[in-house]
Amino acid sequence: MPLLEIKNLSVAFQTAGGMFTAVDKVSLNIDPGEIVSVVGESGSGKSVAMLALMGLLPWTAKVTADVLKFDGKDLTTISKKNLRSIIGKEMAMIFQEPMTSLNPCFTVGFQLSEALKIHFGMKRNERRERAIELLDQVGIPEPQKRLSAFPHQLSGGMNQRVMIAMAISCNPRLLIADEPTTALDVTIQAQILELLLKLQQEKQMSLVLITHDMGVVAETAERVVVQYAGQQVEKQNIKGLFTEPHHPYTAALLDSLPERAKTKKLPSILGVVPGQFDKPKGCLFAPRCKYATSLCTSTPPEPAGTDMGRALCHYPLKDGKPTNYPEQEEVA
Amino acid sequence: MFAYLIRKLGVIAPTFFGVTLVAFVFIRLLPGDPVLLMAGERGMTEERHAKLMAEFGFDKPILVQYGVYIQDLFSGDFGTSIITKQPVFKEFFTLFPATMELSFVAICIAVFVGLPAGMIAATKRRSVFDHVVMTGALTGYSMPIFWWGLLLIIFFSGILGWTPVSGRISLLYYFEPVTGFMLIDSLLSGQSGAFKSALSHLILPSIVLATIPLAVIARQTRSAMLEVLSEDYVRTAKAKGLGRGRVIGMHALRNAMIPVITVIGLQVGVLFAGAILTETIFSWPGIGKWMVDSIFRRDYPSVQGGLLLIAAMVMIVNLVVDLLYGLINPQIRHRD
Repeated sequence: MPLLEIKNLSVAFQTAGGMFTAVDKVSLNIDPGEIVSVVGESGSGKSVAMLALMGLLPWTAKVTADVLKFDGKDLTTISKKNLRSIIGKEMAMIFQEPMTSLNPCFTVGFQLSEALKIHFGMKRNERRERAIELLDQVGIPEPQKRLSAFPHQLSGGMNQRVMIAMAISCNPRLLIADEPTTALDVTIQAQILELLLKLQQEKQMSLVLITHDMGVVAETAERVVVQYAGQQVEKQNIKGLFTEPHHPYTAALLDSLPERAKTKKLPSILGVVPGQFDKPKGCLFAPRCKYATSLCTSTPPEPAGTDMGRALCHYPLKDGKPTNYPEQEEVA
Repeated sequence: MFAYLIRKLGVIAPTFFGVTLVAFVFIRLLPGDPVLLMAGERGMTEERHAKLMAEFGFDKPILVQYGVYIQDLFSGDFGTSIITKQPVFKEFFTLFPATMELSFVAICIAVFVGLPAGMIAATKRRSVFDHVVMTGALTGYSMPIFWWGLLLIIFFSGILGWTPVSGRISLLYYFEPVTGFMLIDSLLSGQSGAFKSALSHLILPSIVLATIPLAVIARQTRSAMLEVLSEDYVRTAKAKGLGRGRVIGMHALRNAMIPVITVIGLQVGVLFAGAILTETIFSWPGIGKWMVDSIFRRDYPSVQGGLLLIAAMVMIVNLVVDLLYGLINPQIRHRD
């Protein structure tokens, strides 16, 4: 049985200009102890899907799902109180901005031991001991001293370590890391990733790694979900994705990696993710796709079979070439 | 923290000097002089007028007068009222407890009603409660204090007859002031009914005085709270599985209090200004009423001294607020 089961999760935001669908029918199963990466550029709804799962979206968000189960418990019908006993304890999350994700008014020690108090009812000195142990685990030197530090007295990398310590404090079975390295220096990024992987190994927890960095994906994940404009456009295991991407978007993402570049000038994907007011009628990637035809711009595609990475494309790629592609190119 | 305090005191000294200058110049810009007003309708000869003016030292060039005033200040002399012949300092502190009591009760009402109202309005945004609180706050903020005071008097004293119209306590009771606060003194006196009488005298003026600060605090708390509620660290707190009460009452409130504390400090200044009107309407024997009387009599020393002492009080309160600010916000505390 998968630890996490998501089927057709959609999230729409109520805006001044009507409803905006940020996540469109996303499905994802995660087994215990597995590392899954969700990739896509900014605005593709990666974080929103996970925040919806944790019940952390603002009131303007409308979340719907056919199935949303954690460890067999249905999260769509669960009471707020019961949900609170799961999140932070069995399912924890790390955020993108360590500097703003910690409360500036409370010490590291206080924030670290809060979840222990709430979920386990630990006594003061037990909490302190556990907090020191946690800080030690995430590689913070002199943990006793750091307990009384405020977030603004620590560096970004240190704060992210504190965030990680907070997230793993109750030994969660699922850890969601939402771009945990984006706001950090490159040298620190590698350290934090290494730490996450080490902890994942030690604790045998499932890890969902949200990122826009294909390099990070290559180093960490076992399975990858590529998301674009709120839709899942491809799902593959890591090896298959890097050797044979089936969706043109995945292929374009990979082409823009410096280490894979074949030309002198680094290729990039022109344009941006469509927003609320410029959503295409057909395939959402069509305006930026080099293979787009009139079919692509008029009709939304259906996902291909599992052998084709469930690619959401009319002409999924095989060996770098689009399949069933029309002879006479009627490029729009 | 010590350096922080020193720096704050460094700002206070020039402000104090500015207040002396403003108070000194502005009262003299008003038409008429104290001697003419003392004479009243009978009038007086020019010779006598000049003689009396010279007696008070008002005949000298204005710069010289200011010099004498500052010199006296440095030796701790706040001047002597030309009407009552009493030292201004002594008069001020005889009346100050009355204003202090009124202001203290008013700010308590403003904080203990305004803060929760703003908080609840923010957490229940766009609810009926939110709309009622915000409309009420805007109304309260826009209402002229004297008109609002008169309305309350007409309704509660005039029509319902629940509260007295003026003063601090019924004439039936007399006791020597111990603390100067009528609520405490009446309890200490042990006379039955005295406390109730003092309270019924205090309730309307303090509500009137609290109205504007309450409105400002409620609005400020709401907007600060709304801002803080969308911060990343509030999301982090929720992600830990904390209950709503803990997320809002602790993680959000502590941060939202930072701007609110500043506003509360500033409202103390507004409170003293409001006290002038409130005390006049309710014949409350405090600083406000005394200042108005002094201005009408062109009692230059009283106005100068009174303004300076009020300014000192406001500055002390703001200093305390600044220190509180440092306690609440660790980022400020550690800057030194």
